[in-house]
Amino acid sequence: MSPRWQRLRGLARKEMLQILRDPSALLIAFLLPVVLLFVIGFGLSLDAHKLKLAAVIEAGSEPVRGISEALDASPYLNVYWAPSGQAARLALDAGQVRGILTMREDFAERLVNPQRWPAQAQLAVNATDPNTGTLLSGYVQGAFSSWLAGTMTEDVLTPPGGIALETRFWYNPDLRSSDFIVPGIIVLVMSMTGTLLTALIVSREWERGTMESMLAAPASMAELVGAKLGVYFVLGMASMAMAAILTVTVFGVPLRGSVLLLALISALFLIFALAQGLFISTIARNQFVSAQLAFLSTMMPAMMLSGMLFDIASMPRWLQLITCFIPARYFVSALQTLFLAGNVWSVLLPNLLALAVAAILATAATLAVTHRRLD
Amino acid sequence: MTSLAALHGLTQNFAGPTGTIEALRGISAEIAPGVITGVVGPDGAGKTTLLRHLAGLLRPSAGRVEVFGHDMAREAAKAYPYIGYMPQRFGLYEDLSVAENLSLFADLHGLTGAERDERSNMLLEFTGLAPFTRRLASALSGGMKQKLGLACALLARPRLLLLDEPSVGVDPASRRELWRIVERMMAQAEGQMGVVWATSYLDEAERCASVLLLHEGRLLSAVPPADFLAPLQGRVYRVTLPAQKRRQAVAGAKTLPGVLDALVQGDTLRLVLAPGAPAPDASRFGGGAVSFVPPRFEDGFIDRLVTLSPQTAPSPALAVEPPHDGKPVIEVRHLIRLFGDFTAVDDVSFSIPRGEIFGLLGPNGAGKSTTFRMLCGLLRPSGGTAHVAGADLLTAAATARQKLGYMAQKFSLYGELTVRQNLDFFARAYGLRGGARRAAIAEACDRFELKEVVDSTAAALPLGVKQRLSLAAALLHEPEILFLDEPTSGVDPLNRRAFWARIGQLADAGVTVLVTSHFMDEAEYCDRLAIISQGRVIATDTPAQLRARVRSEALPDPTLEDAFIQLVGAAA
Repeated sequence: MSPRWQRLRGLARKEMLQILRDPSALLIAFLLPVVLLFVIGFGLSLDAHKLKLAAVIEAGSEPVRGISEALDASPYLNVYWAPSGQAARLALDAGQVRGILTMREDFAERLVNPQRWPAQAQLAVNATDPNTGTLLSGYVQGAFSSWLAGTMTEDVLTPPGGIALETRFWYNPDLRSSDFIVPGIIVLVMSMTGTLLTALIVSREWERGTMESMLAAPASMAELVGAKLGVYFVLGMASMAMAAILTVTVFGVPLRGSVLLLALISALFLIFALAQGLFISTIARNQFVSAQLAFLSTMMPAMMLSGMLFDIASMPRWLQLITCFIPARYFVSALQTLFLAGNVWSVLLPNLLALAVAAILATAATLAVTHRRLD
Repeated sequence: MTSLAALHGLTQNFAGPTGTIEALRGISAEIAPGVITGVVGPDGAGKTTLLRHLAGLLRPSAGRVEVFGHDMAREAAKAYPYIGYMPQRFGLYEDLSVAENLSLFADLHGLTGAERDERSNMLLEFTGLAPFTRRLASALSGGMKQKLGLACALLARPRLLLLDEPSVGVDPASRRELWRIVERMMAQAEGQMGVVWATSYLDEAERCASVLLLHEGRLLSAVPPADFLAPLQGRVYRVTLPAQKRRQAVAGAKTLPGVLDALVQGDTLRLVLAPGAPAPDASRFGGGAVSFVPPRFEDGFIDRLVTLSPQTAPSPALAVEPPHDGKPVIEVRHLIRLFGDFTAVDDVSFSIPRGEIFGLLGPNGAGKSTTFRMLCGLLRPSGGTAHVAGADLLTAAATARQKLGYMAQKFSLYGELTVRQNLDFFARAYGLRGGARRAAIAEACDRFELKEVVDSTAAALPLGVKQRLSLAAALLHEPEILFLDEPTSGVDPLNRRAFWARIGQLADAGVTVLVTSHFMDEAEYCDRLAIISQGRVIATDTPAQLRARVRSEALPDPTLEDAFIQLVGAAA
C-alpha cells in the first residue's frame, strides 16, 4: 500500500469514528432532511383548497341544477349560494368570497339552443392576489367541463364555427403542486445538509486545535480535504437516498427517470455542496460563524433563486443571469425532470454539465484556500 | 556537527486590534542535533510563534527559517516527514481512543508492519499508557493527555521534535515523567534527534543543553544555561529569616543598595546583587545568617530584565487595618462536591485567618476550581459547610459575594473598553455611586499605576498592566477577601514579584487572600498551603514546613515540587 493511500485510509477511518461517536453529524444527515421534507413538503402547498365562491343563479331549470351539483362536488370550491347579485357583491367586498359566478335567467334557454345564441355565465374574480384568482377561474372552468362532459353531447360542446380549447395537463396531470415542490425540497435539503456537514467539521478541528497537529503532519492538503470529502460524500449520498425514498413513498411523487441518473446528478451536486462547506469552514475557522454562513449561502439561493418555488423565466433579466451562477438551479431542473418527466436528455445534459463544472470549481476553490499555514 | 535548524533574522508581525503586534523581532539562532534546546520566556514572549515557524506553519514577515537545510517558505514539504510537533493545545482527537489516535498518526507517517507495532508498543510502554489504550482521549488526565501527545509526536522517529509548553498545567510528577520520556527517547535516537522544548517554567531551562531566552519577541540570550549563569556566580545569597514578618523583610531588603531581587523561599530570603555590590547587611532587614547559593536560571533572567528596564518604584502602602482578631475569615468544613458519580471535591477542610495568604496547590483537575466556585457561591456544595466572612454560603451566598473580590486566571475584563471605562463599569456593578465611585476609581488608578494608560483600550495593554487592571477592578469595592486564580502563571519574574508585593501589602492591611495554583513558584508566596490531589487535601502547612517534612539525607534541600510529589505519592 502506498503511503498516500495509507494516509487517506487513516484519515478516513478517523472521520468515520468521529461520526459514529458524535451524533451531531448523523442528526444533520438524517434528521434534518426528514424534518425539512415533512415541514415544507406538507406545510407548503401551492394548491388552494376550498376557495370560497359566491354563486348567483337566477335561472332554476334542470341543466342549471346539474351545474350546481358539479360546483358543489369540486374539492377546490366552497360555494355560497347567494340570494341576489347584491348579496354576492357584499360578500366579495367583505372578503368572504373570492369571486362571483352569475348565471342569468335565460342561461338554460340558451343552452338548449346554442346555435342561435350561446349560453353565457359571468365569473367576476377578486384579482388582488392574481395567483389565487387564476386558480379560482381554473377550478370553475373545471367544474363546468366536468358537468358538460357528463351531460352534453359532443355537438353541444363545440360551438358552431368556433374553436374548442382542450387542455391536457402533462407530467403532473393531477396538478398537484407537491409533485413539483418536493423534488425542489430535496435540493434545499441536500444543499443545506451537505454544506452544513462539512462547514462544521473543519471549523471544529480549528477550534479544538487538532488542525494544527494535522497541518504539521506529513499529509498533503489534498489528502486532508479528500478524506473528509470522501467520508462525508458517502454520508451525504445516504441522506440523499433517504430523501428520494421518502419523496416517492410518503409524498407519492413518481420517479419517471432512471435511478442511476438520479444518483449521478445528486453526486455531482453533493460534491459541490460539501466543497462549499469546506470552503466556508476553512475561511471562518469557527463553528458558529460557519453555521451562519452555511445557512445563509444555501437556504436563500436554494429557496429563492433555484426555480424551486419561483419560475426563473418570469424573473427580471438581471436576476435570471444571477441564477445561472447558482448550482441549485441546475439541480432543481434536473430533479424535476427526472421525477416528473423522465430521462429527457436535452434538459438533463446541460444541467449535468453545469453541475460538474460547479463541483470542480468548488473543490478547486477549497484546495486553493486551504493552504498549509496557520496565518 | 551541523545544526538541524537555523533561524536567520526571523521577524513575525501580526495585525492586532490596535496596530501591528511584533511577535518576533529579528531572531537568529541555531538548533543543534542530539540535545534539548529550551525556548524559554514568559507568556507573549514569542515561544509558540517560533515553534510554529520551525514546524512550517507560518510564513515569516522577514527573515528565513531553515530546517534540515530546507527553506521552510518554499520547501517545507521536504521537512515535514522528519518533524514531530506537539502543539500547546492538546492537538489530538478527544473522541478517539488512545490506540486510535496513535494509529492515525502511524498512518499519517506511513508506519507499517512490525515497525509500526514495535514503535507504538514501545511508546505506550514508555509513557505508561499501555493499560489505557481503549480509553477515549477526552477521559485522560491532563498529564496522560500530554504523554499521548508526546507519543504521537515521537511515533515517526522525528529528527526534530518540537514541544510547545508540554508541561503547563500538568502535575509535578507527570512533568518529571515527560522529561524522562524525552531524555530516554533522545538516548535511543543516538544523537539523531534534536528537541526544542518551549516552556515558561524557568526551572526547566536549566535542564536544557542550550537556551533561547525570549522576552517580548526579542532574543535575550542563546547560550547554554551554565554560560548564562556564569556572570551571576558569587552574586546570589541566601539569608535565614525569622518566621514572622517575612514580607516586611523582603521590602526592607529591596531598599538595600545593589539588591536586584529579593525573594522569599520558605524560611529563607534569596537575594541577587548587582555586579560588584558588597555582601548584604542582613541586620538592616532583620535577617540572620548569610550564605552563597548557586544561581538559578530565574536569577539570570531577572538580572537581564533589570538591566533592560529599571524597576518601577514600589507602590504606596495601604492603611493598616485594626489587628487581627484571630477568628477565621474563611472556614471550610468537610466540603464535598459530586458531578454525577465523580467526586470532584472530597471532604475538604481548611480555615484561613484574617490577613493570611492561603494557597490551594494542585495540578489541573485536582478540584481547585470546583472548591473556588463553591466558595464564590457559584456552585452548590453537595455536602459540608463553608463560611466566608461570617456568611454561610448555603443560605447567604449573595452577602458573602459582596465581601469578595475575584481575579480570574484569564483576563476577564472588556478588551474593547478603556481602562477608565472598565473600572467605571465594575464600580457600578458593585453598587458604588457618585462621589464614592469617582474616589474609588481615582484611588485605583493611583495605587495600581494606571493613570498613564487610563484612556487606552484594555486589549492593547501589556500582560503585566492588564494584570494590574484586573486586580484594581477586583479591589474597587474594598473586599475583605480576595480570590486569585493562578494570577501569575506565565508572567515574567519581574511582573510576578511586583504583583505579589502588592498582594503582600493587601494581606498586611488585613485582606484575606485565597490563591489557587498549579505553579510552584506562586505557592512560595503563600503563608500557608493546602496541597490538593484528586479532590482531597493531602497536607496543609507553611511552605517551609512542607519542605521540612520531606527533607532527608538524599534530599537535603527539597524544593516545594519535591515536597508535593512525595506527599501526594505517600497519600496515594
